[in-house]
Amino acid sequence: MSIKLENINYIYSPDTAYQKHALKNVSLEIEQGQFVGIIGHTGSGKSTLIQHLNGLIKATSGALYFEGKNIYEDGYDMKQLRNQVGLVFQYPEHQLFEVDVMSDVCFGPKNQGLSKEECEQRAREALNLVGFPEKYYKQSPFDLSGGQKRRAAIAGVLAMHPKVLVLDEPTAGLDPRGRDEILDQIAHLHKETEMTVILVSHSMEDVAKYVDRLIVMNKGEKMYDGAPKEVFTHYKELEKVGLAAPQVTYIMHALSESGLPVNTDDTTIMEAADEIMRNLKHD
Amino acid sequence: MIRDITIGQYYPAKSILHRLDPRVKIVCTLLFLISLFLNKNVISYALATVFLFCVIKLSKVPFKFIMKGLKPIIMILMITVVLNLFLTSGGDVLFQVWKLKVTEEGLRTAVYMAIRLIYLIMGSSLMTFTTTPNALTDGIEKLLHPLNKIKVPVHEIAMMMSIALRFIPILLEETDKIMKAQIARGADLESGNILQKAKSMIPILVPLFVSAFRRANDLAMAMESRCYRGGDGRTKMKPLVYGSSDRIAYAVTWGYLIAVFLIGRFVAVKLWIF
Repeated sequence: MSIKLENINYIYSPDTAYQKHALKNVSLEIEQGQFVGIIGHTGSGKSTLIQHLNGLIKATSGALYFEGKNIYEDGYDMKQLRNQVGLVFQYPEHQLFEVDVMSDVCFGPKNQGLSKEECEQRAREALNLVGFPEKYYKQSPFDLSGGQKRRAAIAGVLAMHPKVLVLDEPTAGLDPRGRDEILDQIAHLHKETEMTVILVSHSMEDVAKYVDRLIVMNKGEKMYDGAPKEVFTHYKELEKVGLAAPQVTYIMHALSESGLPVNTDDTTIMEAADEIMRNLKHD
Repeated sequence: MIRDITIGQYYPAKSILHRLDPRVKIVCTLLFLISLFLNKNVISYALATVFLFCVIKLSKVPFKFIMKGLKPIIMILMITVVLNLFLTSGGDVLFQVWKLKVTEEGLRTAVYMAIRLIYLIMGSSLMTFTTTPNALTDGIEKLLHPLNKIKVPVHEIAMMMSIALRFIPILLEETDKIMKAQIARGADLESGNILQKAKSMIPILVPLFVSAFRRANDLAMAMESRCYRGGDGRTKMKPLVYGSSDRIAYAVTWGYLIAVFLIGRFVAVKLWIF
């Protein structure tokens, strides 16, 4: 029950002036039920990487195993794979097209061949999970606010009951409150459904709080892979590639350098506050 | 998937051809196309070949890349060749397949037609490979400027062209993205009859139109907020001015055209039937 990538390489527009080696020898394994963050600067290959996970892009070389089966083998059922690995693209609200929210969310389940009742049942569940208010179910998706559109679009993927949910920058373009709400909801979802959740972002601050594993991409290569605490110990190297550790990491390192023996591993504000208080009490 | 369309694409490189004034490239391409239709015998075709390949060499665009642009016209090319080959009469019959006769005249027209078509595409794609769409519309605007006197809104037409050209890659990318998003939601775009296929395009076309309108709106707003109000009295940051290499390019191309014309007129060489 896992996704396993072996030496994945991907080259955009090979043999042209626009040739770009987007992924270089990426190998990783993601266990079922993990909450993984993929972080990288613009152009680091993170969006390309996740499109491999449900077979939308075929690797130039390398192998990808989903639940032990090589998806590049002849006769592999891609449609089945896409039912199990749900992919929410960046700005997913741009894919809405139906006359009302309900029918739009039903699009996925309908393609899976479910009956109308089942589709609606699943759509309701999914909309509920993302906290979409029931009074807008019959509204045109084009009349909704940005945040609501995004919820509806995420529900559209959730309604397919994927085992793995991949979200590409789900908070891009949202205000801080909308961002926190969406991220909280995703974390809640992960707890409720035991789905594997893969969250792509360029903001450390966003992901550090939620994920149990962090993969840092840089120029098409996997740079770090580990628990957030581990990854953030490399905060100086991260800065060199245009990323930053959460602000808390900087404060804790600064404190420790100026003589307060705090544990520099803490990644959230609450943990850090407790740690500082504990140390101050000692004195 | 849709990324691989090459016709009408710019190939970034540093060459004399890239640096030429777009007007020169437009006019010279036209002259070259005219020359193709003045060609009458082996020598003038040889001259055209030498001219074209020298220019390609100068452009630093890989030959493979130019050949790729020929792919879309292969069908048209085949049809032209076959029709010309069998349906043109005149001269001796070279050979006969069933009721179809291949005559000297037919073979000659077919071969010449094929060469003309291939060179035509190569010549004009060389222009788009070495000129950015913006430079191209700039050139067209300047060339058509005299039409302003008879109330043709030249600037507006050029502006629309450059916006349209600029939007092609954007909309292609957008289509690619929306297609992927819908495929990820289980949309089936390939199977079924024509009607089902057309219906399966709805989830792609609706968001595409919505986004095209949104982008058009944003662009209009951005242009207006920077005080764009049409071409009257508008100056350019980089006005087009002819340099010495532009004059040389004109001279060479005109020289070539005249040579082709004179060869066709006065030199009578025959190599077998050509």
